[in-house]
Amino acid sequence: MKKQITVSVNGVEHTAEVEPRLLLVHFIREDLNLTGTHIGCDTTHCGACTILLNGKSVKSCTVLAVQADGKEVSTVEGLSEPGTLNALQEGFKENHGLHCGFCTPGMLMRATEFLEKNPNPTEEEIRWGISGNLCRCTGYNNIVKAILYASAKNRGVELPSTEPEFV
Amino acid sequence: MGHSMKRKEDARFLSGKGNYIDDIKLEGMLYMDIVRSPYAYAKIIKINTEEALKIPGVVAVITGADLKAHDLHWMPTLMSDTQMVLPTDTVMYQAQEVAAVIATSRYIARDGREAVIVDYEPMKPVMDPYKAMEPDAPVLRTDKEGQTDNHIWHWEAGDREKTDEVFANADVVVKEKMYIPRLHVVSIETCGCIADYRKVDNYLTMYMTSQAPHAIRTIIAMVTAHVGLTEEKIRVISPDIGGGFGGKVPVYPGYVIAIAVSFLTGSPIKWIEDRTENLQADSFARDYHIDVEMAGTSAGKIQATRFKVLADHGYTDASANPSKFPTGMFSIGTGSYDYDTAFMEADAVYTNKPPGGVAYRCSFRVTEAVHAIERVTDTFARKVGMDPAELRMMNFIKKEDFPWQSPTGWEYDSGDYHAGLQLAMDTVDYPALRKEQAEKREKGELMGIGICTFTEIVGAGPSKDFDILGLKMFDSAEIRVHPTGKAIARFGTKSQGQGHETTYAQIIAQELGIPAEHIQIEEGDTDTAPYGLGTYASRSTPTAGAAAVMAARKLKAKAKKIAAHLLEVSEDDLEWEIGKFFVKGAPEKAKTIQEIVFAAYTNHPQGMEAGFEATHYYDPPNLTFPSGAYICVVDIDRETAEIKVRRFVAIDDCGNIINPMIVQGQVHGGLTQGIAPAMYEELIYDDEGNILNGTLMDYLVPTAVESPKWETGHIVTPSPHHPIGAKGVGESATVGAPPAIANAIVDALSPWGVSHLEIPITPYKLWKVMKEKGILES
Repeated sequence: MKKQITVSVNGVEHTAEVEPRLLLVHFIREDLNLTGTHIGCDTTHCGACTILLNGKSVKSCTVLAVQADGKEVSTVEGLSEPGTLNALQEGFKENHGLHCGFCTPGMLMRATEFLEKNPNPTEEEIRWGISGNLCRCTGYNNIVKAILYASAKNRGVELPSTEPEFV
Repeated sequence: MGHSMKRKEDARFLSGKGNYIDDIKLEGMLYMDIVRSPYAYAKIIKINTEEALKIPGVVAVITGADLKAHDLHWMPTLMSDTQMVLPTDTVMYQAQEVAAVIATSRYIARDGREAVIVDYEPMKPVMDPYKAMEPDAPVLRTDKEGQTDNHIWHWEAGDREKTDEVFANADVVVKEKMYIPRLHVVSIETCGCIADYRKVDNYLTMYMTSQAPHAIRTIIAMVTAHVGLTEEKIRVISPDIGGGFGGKVPVYPGYVIAIAVSFLTGSPIKWIEDRTENLQADSFARDYHIDVEMAGTSAGKIQATRFKVLADHGYTDASANPSKFPTGMFSIGTGSYDYDTAFMEADAVYTNKPPGGVAYRCSFRVTEAVHAIERVTDTFARKVGMDPAELRMMNFIKKEDFPWQSPTGWEYDSGDYHAGLQLAMDTVDYPALRKEQAEKREKGELMGIGICTFTEIVGAGPSKDFDILGLKMFDSAEIRVHPTGKAIARFGTKSQGQGHETTYAQIIAQELGIPAEHIQIEEGDTDTAPYGLGTYASRSTPTAGAAAVMAARKLKAKAKKIAAHLLEVSEDDLEWEIGKFFVKGAPEKAKTIQEIVFAAYTNHPQGMEAGFEATHYYDPPNLTFPSGAYICVVDIDRETAEIKVRRFVAIDDCGNIINPMIVQGQVHGGLTQGIAPAMYEELIYDDEGNILNGTLMDYLVPTAVESPKWETGHIVTPSPHHPIGAKGVGESATVGAPPAIANAIVDALSPWGVSHLEIPITPYKLWKVMKEKGILES
């Protein structure tokens, strides 16, 4: 028996009939064709599916679509206008914070909420802040740098160097 | 060259516009899910599909019997072994594919999977590779004619007699026995495919997560030719890939089942494995049991090494190695040291574990070899009473002795091991660390310093020795420059995050003077890209990168002819400066590459072929030998055995560097995949063949918290035979990090007589050792 839901995704309202068991991540990817949100595991560990639900970062593989009824969802596609990058996306590009790009949308969405709560974090706070999101390519150094860059840019202070640091 | 250009591929990934396999949807597409065996070894009595087929939306349930009717139930592995696609009577490992459910949605396919009832008659599995080698062990591969035991192959390198003689007469002999655990690559994207067979024109388009799309096309053709699907009718497309690390090289049964079902139904079939299936059934890495010995003088001179390996391949040898190298490049294990005597042997064995093994971000078994040599080198240093850095410095091959012949037959191309280790030691202030350690020991605190100085072997490889299923391991590049001077280049490799779209563009820009931002790079479509063997084993820059240089140089030769024609001078009168030819002594008389290319389409010399395109298939004359000097500093809590990596400095030598930012990124990532097996990761099975940590719930992939802040640097000794002196770097750090970490932890505990600890060195494992040795404080 299907249930009708209305979800606002990146500011656009969608009404759909869904099975109660449909995961929010599948609703976003398959029903709305917003494939930027990825699936990397089946136990809520990798964080590739992280989105914002009413502004709070959640793993959309562990939320049912029906639980999003009447709520606001933000995905990576809504971070910036096509062809532009926001401060966080720019931070990732400038600091080589991504390799294969598969964990990246989840990292971006997690970091978005993290920086809202903690606009001027330390490295250590960033590491704990993104510890629910796995990256297998980058070794995290540059993701941390990317988030520090975005923090500086958002606060309007001098941007840290984006050149790779070598000993 | 040498410029940290920001990556061209990033914008689409950052905007959620990457195109990964599960993002692709085709009209009329059906979804496949796979029923898997709960047992490691069992007879299949009956597969009951009745209930599953009653579910609305379930289209078919495919079993081994269905595939057998078309002779598609077996497939070759990359190592010329055989593997079931779907079983007809026996399952050989837990999570093996047993049947496939085809349905109109992925949810219904999963419902169908749950409704398939399989009756098994479990048998006692063989899980211990040593027991599998015993004469009375049950023979597992009864399907293979003439197979009378579980032995797969025996391999040797070096000189057994000479080595035995040196060992018999040596002052000092040390040995360690070690297990390099079974691992999983855990790329964040799992594997998957869409097989799209169109009956109307007998044409298969296979979208799949493959690191080697061309080789896969040929292998598919080998399996399907008898049903009329030949190679020109097969197109393999690897879209964006969410990490590979070797796990996306093999052909998995799921791909073949999807092709078979699409062939039989005429519908596109999508199969995306979930993480648990990926961890439990896809190719493992490592699983080597190694006995390693080192012989030398009491003054610390290394004279010989001896290695004996037992390789557990599980149900079938599904490794991704070059055909003539069943242990991959394990024979690099003699290390970075100047001695001329070594002997290595390995035996491979079948057990009831999933088949493999692949590389886990490593060039064909180099990690296993480096772990053994770098661990035993520390044991040797301790035995002769020398500092491990001093002993290494004393034994290193000198930079003037390159090219250097290794005792197992390799010609190391170049290196400066002394400079690398010195830079690492200066960076951490090694003497100060040793002083601090001595002071801490006085106070009863545990601190360890670990060194690893490794030599890698990558860029496979020269065609005289290197092939996979007979396909020589060259790689290729094709460059087309358009009339307005902008280019597209296509390659036989396939990036999975390495940044090829940027690096290859930079290489061509350097050679031709066309700005990198105007060079489009394309990979992964077998209909358009030139044939190549793909991306793994750090081979892309050494092979396809070199092919790009050679193709660009062909174009430069043509450009010179056109410039001479346009400037009405002889070719001998021209000189090249990046981006233009000019007349010697008259630099104002010049033609830019853009003017020359335009002329190739609008005003080419009579008798010359029009256009501006070149292709090159590069057959490397040798492998490349990147090296590194890594130092790790750990502090260990004497009450809890918690290990804290205080510092980790990695100095790499990957030859000339194309993009320092990307090289550093590769090293960072490799280091985290190095700390992973050193301290966290291992696939564990019980005696009944059950995997005990087959989900990410209990297989611990390091997060940003476990991963230390890496410090990296480099020295440069260009490869003398690579056209731009590059060596490859994607995997060096995964190879070099584990022994540096293990050596540091052992170093901390060495005053209590600890000479070896098996990886992963978890706090609990360490706690037990510390308790036993009386180190633990409570």
